Amino acid sequence: MAGAAGPGTGPGAAGGNGDDSLYPIAVLIDELRNEDVQLRLNSIKKLSTIALALGVERTRTELLPFLTDTIYDEDEVLLALAEQLGNFTGLVGGPDFAHCLLPPLESLATVEETVVRDKAVESLRQISQEHTPVALEAHFVPLVKRLAGGDWFTSRTSACGLFSVCYPRASAGVRAEIRQHFRSLCSDDTPMVRRAAASKLGELAKVLELDSVKSEIVPLFTSLASDEQDSVRLLAVEACVSIAQLLSQEDLEALVMPTLRQAAEDKSWRVRYMVADKFSELQRAVGPKITLSDLIPAFQNLLKDCEAEVRAAAAHKVRELCENLPTEGRETIIMNQILPYIKELVSDTNQHVKSALASVIMGLSTILGKENTIEHLLPLFLAQLKDECPEVRLNIISNLDCVNEVIGIRQLSQSLLPAIVELAEDAKWRVRLAIIEYMPLLAGQLGVEFFDEKLNSLCMAWLVDHVYAVREAATTNLMKLVQRFGTEWAQSTIVPRVLVMANDPNYLHRMTTLFCINALSEACGQEITTKHMLPVVVKMAGDQVANVRFNVAKSLQKIGPILDTEALREEVKPVLQKLGQDEDVDVQYFAQEAISVVARRLHRPPGEAGVIPDAEGSERGRALRVRGRGQDPGRAHRKRAARAASEAAVEAAWFGGTDAAKGPACQLRVNPRDALALLEIADLVPFSRD
Amino acid sequence: METKLPPASTPTSPSSPGLSPVPPPDKVDGFSRRSLRRARPRRSHSSSQFRYQSNQQELTPLPLLKDVPASELHELLSRKLAQCGVMFDFLDCVADLKGKEVKRAALNELVECVGSTRGVLIEPVYPDIIRMISVNIFRTLPPSENPEFDPEEDEPNLEPSWPHLQLVYEFFLRFLESPDFQPSVAKRYVDQKFVLMLLELFDSEDPREREYLKTILHRVYGKFLGLRAYIRKQCSHIFLRFIYELEHFNGVAELLEILGSIINGFALPLKTEHKQFLVRVLIPLHSVKSLSVFHAQLAYCVVQFLEKDATLTEHVIRGLLKYWPKTCTQKEVMFLGEMEEILDVIEPSQFVKIQEPLFKQVARCVSSPHFQVAERALYFWNNEYILSLIEDNCHTVLPAVFGTLYRVSKEHWNQTIVSLIYNVLKTFMEMNGKLFDELTASYKLEKQQEQQKARERQELWQGLEELRLRRLQGTQGAKEAPLQRLTPQVATSGGQS
Repeated sequence: MAGAAGPGTGPGAAGGNGDDSLYPIAVLIDELRNEDVQLRLNSIKKLSTIALALGVERTRTELLPFLTDTIYDEDEVLLALAEQLGNFTGLVGGPDFAHCLLPPLESLATVEETVVRDKAVESLRQISQEHTPVALEAHFVPLVKRLAGGDWFTSRTSACGLFSVCYPRASAGVRAEIRQHFRSLCSDDTPMVRRAAASKLGELAKVLELDSVKSEIVPLFTSLASDEQDSVRLLAVEACVSIAQLLSQEDLEALVMPTLRQAAEDKSWRVRYMVADKFSELQRAVGPKITLSDLIPAFQNLLKDCEAEVRAAAAHKVRELCENLPTEGRETIIMNQILPYIKELVSDTNQHVKSALASVIMGLSTILGKENTIEHLLPLFLAQLKDECPEVRLNIISNLDCVNEVIGIRQLSQSLLPAIVELAEDAKWRVRLAIIEYMPLLAGQLGVEFFDEKLNSLCMAWLVDHVYAVREAATTNLMKLVQRFGTEWAQSTIVPRVLVMANDPNYLHRMTTLFCINALSEACGQEITTKHMLPVVVKMAGDQVANVRFNVAKSLQKIGPILDTEALREEVKPVLQKLGQDEDVDVQYFAQEAISVVARRLHRPPGEAGVIPDAEGSERGRALRVRGRGQDPGRAHRKRAARAASEAAVEAAWFGGTDAAKGPACQLRVNPRDALALLEIADLVPFSRD
Repeated sequence: METKLPPASTPTSPSSPGLSPVPPPDKVDGFSRRSLRRARPRRSHSSSQFRYQSNQQELTPLPLLKDVPASELHELLSRKLAQCGVMFDFLDCVADLKGKEVKRAALNELVECVGSTRGVLIEPVYPDIIRMISVNIFRTLPPSENPEFDPEEDEPNLEPSWPHLQLVYEFFLRFLESPDFQPSVAKRYVDQKFVLMLLELFDSEDPREREYLKTILHRVYGKFLGLRAYIRKQCSHIFLRFIYELEHFNGVAELLEILGSIINGFALPLKTEHKQFLVRVLIPLHSVKSLSVFHAQLAYCVVQFLEKDATLTEHVIRGLLKYWPKTCTQKEVMFLGEMEEILDVIEPSQFVKIQEPLFKQVARCVSSPHFQVAERALYFWNNEYILSLIEDNCHTVLPAVFGTLYRVSKEHWNQTIVSLIYNVLKTFMEMNGKLFDELTASYKLEKQQEQQKARERQELWQGLEELRLRRLQGTQGAKEAPLQRLTPQVATSGGQS
């Protein structure tokens, strides 16, 4: 917006049409002052529109003074205002007038609420770039100084974030003043300000002259790193990364390393945690020589720290640390100095530590090579595969590909199988879901024979899991397996077993057959689909459960593109027409939808037959309808691993619930909005198997 | 002189910086670690203090203090204090049982001795005592087992070394309370650094420890005049950090309790520093998520302030209105409770200043679909004093609430609320029948006006939006001329575009 209205449009743009004059400032300001917060917020969010209506001059002379005067408001309104003003330069007449925006932002940078202040600082940083060097020194730098000298900690905190943006463009004298102000903030009385200064120390160091870094930043760094508050000390560790990058090896050794060593041994676990967490960055910043002499011993200590949090953070960095070691002598260092500590961690008492290690340990095999992997790492992998915590086992399995490249997965298969089987039957459905996602990978690495022998039955068992999300993932899994092993394999092993389920007494299993067909038809190709799958689908159109019937309609729509026109005309069309007359409205709906898609296909010239007509129209229709949630929507969500369990449980229940809502086996009426009810149903509904 | 502390004891801020203590491992499966954590047995907790402990020395029981002649008493006391400075690993409950027992007995004896024997606390033992206390209590608090620790729902982690720690705290307390205790001597050892570390311990999850700390800090505040300003300042730093950075600190309620009694003792007129503490720290504390944990103590502090200086009322009430909860009904009920406490002590001259915004908020609460909120707000009318204030100012209050009451009386789903509102409306009718009738009459008109306004607003924004689009399309031939015409027609030309 601002850009479009920028220099090009300028003052001249205020003209345009005569009726622009109908927007006097008072009316607009009334809107910005409305008693209702929501309305006020809406107005503020359209501030650029208002400014545009007023034109640049009146924005400067009337709107901005008003905004500056009425800064006392709800934090939410202030946040919106702070954000808007960052993009306002064009609306006040371009860079020459950017300084007009400083007064309101200055006030915003002093308010109590952190988010508002941070946003104001962000906008100020943005605007500082639009100032000319002269304007910067005339308007912006004085503002920074005022903030730095403010009474209350809020303004001083905000000032910390502004030094680095004005420093590079300021003249030498001003630069000295800026450094002076920053120095005093680093020893501020309030820990909040010292924290803010410590967190900006690295950023400022990067724009300072090297001499000043050595003479001023380093002493500040040293004093912040030995602050009485650990919350300040740990921020100094972050700054250490930036500072270390700027210095030569000798300076580093003399000026920074004593402090860093001390931080790695800090009495507060939070500081040590920070060192562990930033370890890779530190390693890169200090270079290989100091890494060997200092960081490796420090790392060893972190790996056997007394706090599990620190050990876990360090364990996470094992692989990166090893990768970043100089190739020459790397193997020896790892074998002698790192591996002994890793071995200890495999039997750590804390599961987060073990699981952190499990997520990276496999990566060592590529670094250490085949022999070392077999001799030293393999026993560790095997031990972790037998770990009591499922997360550890999953982390190992999810990284199998690294090992596969080096020694081949066969070495592991003996231990792998029991681990997989156990995870596959884990009581937590999320664990089952997670292991399913690795099946295609495992299948690819273990080969078709091993798979048929050991894992195939597991894959089929998941299809009748009592949690919808697992069944759904199992369906997708089958498709991926077919893509990997080919259609012949599908026809001989998978398809028959899937189709058998069409006669299952449980309607949920019957629906699973349909979902499988949806997923498999494309991978299996026209022949199998027409010959084996279509008859089953057609037969299911007479199912007594409406959910099954409308899923038949959906399936027909889905597999339609794969079938040839003859099958469509002879078999699909009559069935859909029959379903279109169904007693159930939802069945009618989906049948109609399928008919329209199939009809389009039938009327199309044969040449285009390959193109999938399924398309947006129908998808959109489905998304709007609650019933349509039966399958596709939501899958994307479920793939997001980081989801909260409860939420996902509700979702799983959702599906269970919608399934159930129609089923005569289980006459539960569900109010889809009632999450609690859904959670309960998740437990009750799933199976009426017996 | 600085307190000399052995390296094992120098503590650091226990409150966690913005990072979550447990680094999330690559979560392949995405199940919440919370559920996992609940499932597994509790991990016993370590205190970081054992990290630097070198090899344990063997403790041998010393003779009892009461058995030695007075001349040797202090030498023995010193040795006992040194013994009590040896730390034990309480995670391993069978480790060094003998040593633990020796230390426990020694601590018990010290507690006994300092509490009952006169003449024990002579100057040379002060450094030993403070050293022993520091070594034991000052430690980096371990990471919370549960990063989302909810003091209301979750069981706190209890300090494993409590059998010793309790005795140390008890000893400390009796030391401070002893009639022989000389603040002038102790202040050399109980300095700012000591107090800072003491304050940091308030983040302990163990309520028993915080209880001791509370009493101890209170005594320290009472006895060390030179530390008072420092303690207040550090408390406000803790609170500010709690409000704006972390939202996590276990000892807020305890600190507020101490402050309540401190405020009670403020001299009049209040210093600016104290007023600022009220406005910039105590009022923002209301915005914290876990308000329920410390609300009683907080409200007490606020009311204390108002009883000291009524002119602060307007600041306080406007502040509360600013932080009024938007979505959390539980907090809203707390706010209403606090507001009533404030109104109980409000001076009529102050009431006049805030009545309008206040009663608009009360009206919003009455219209809350959550019946507890509505009910709590309506209870204001059961308060005789508030009722008398309303009556005295009914020309302002009534118009502020009438519309809402009238509407809600017809709409609210909860019968109790509806009948409470009828009562309130009846009170109003009795209070000033004429005004009531006027308001009833104008209610409809106002409704229409509101609709009219909404329509105008929509038109205004529509017009602005069109204008914006036109500008964006670059229809910029014309000159700036029309601008001048604007000013005269200011008030009337709302949404005629």
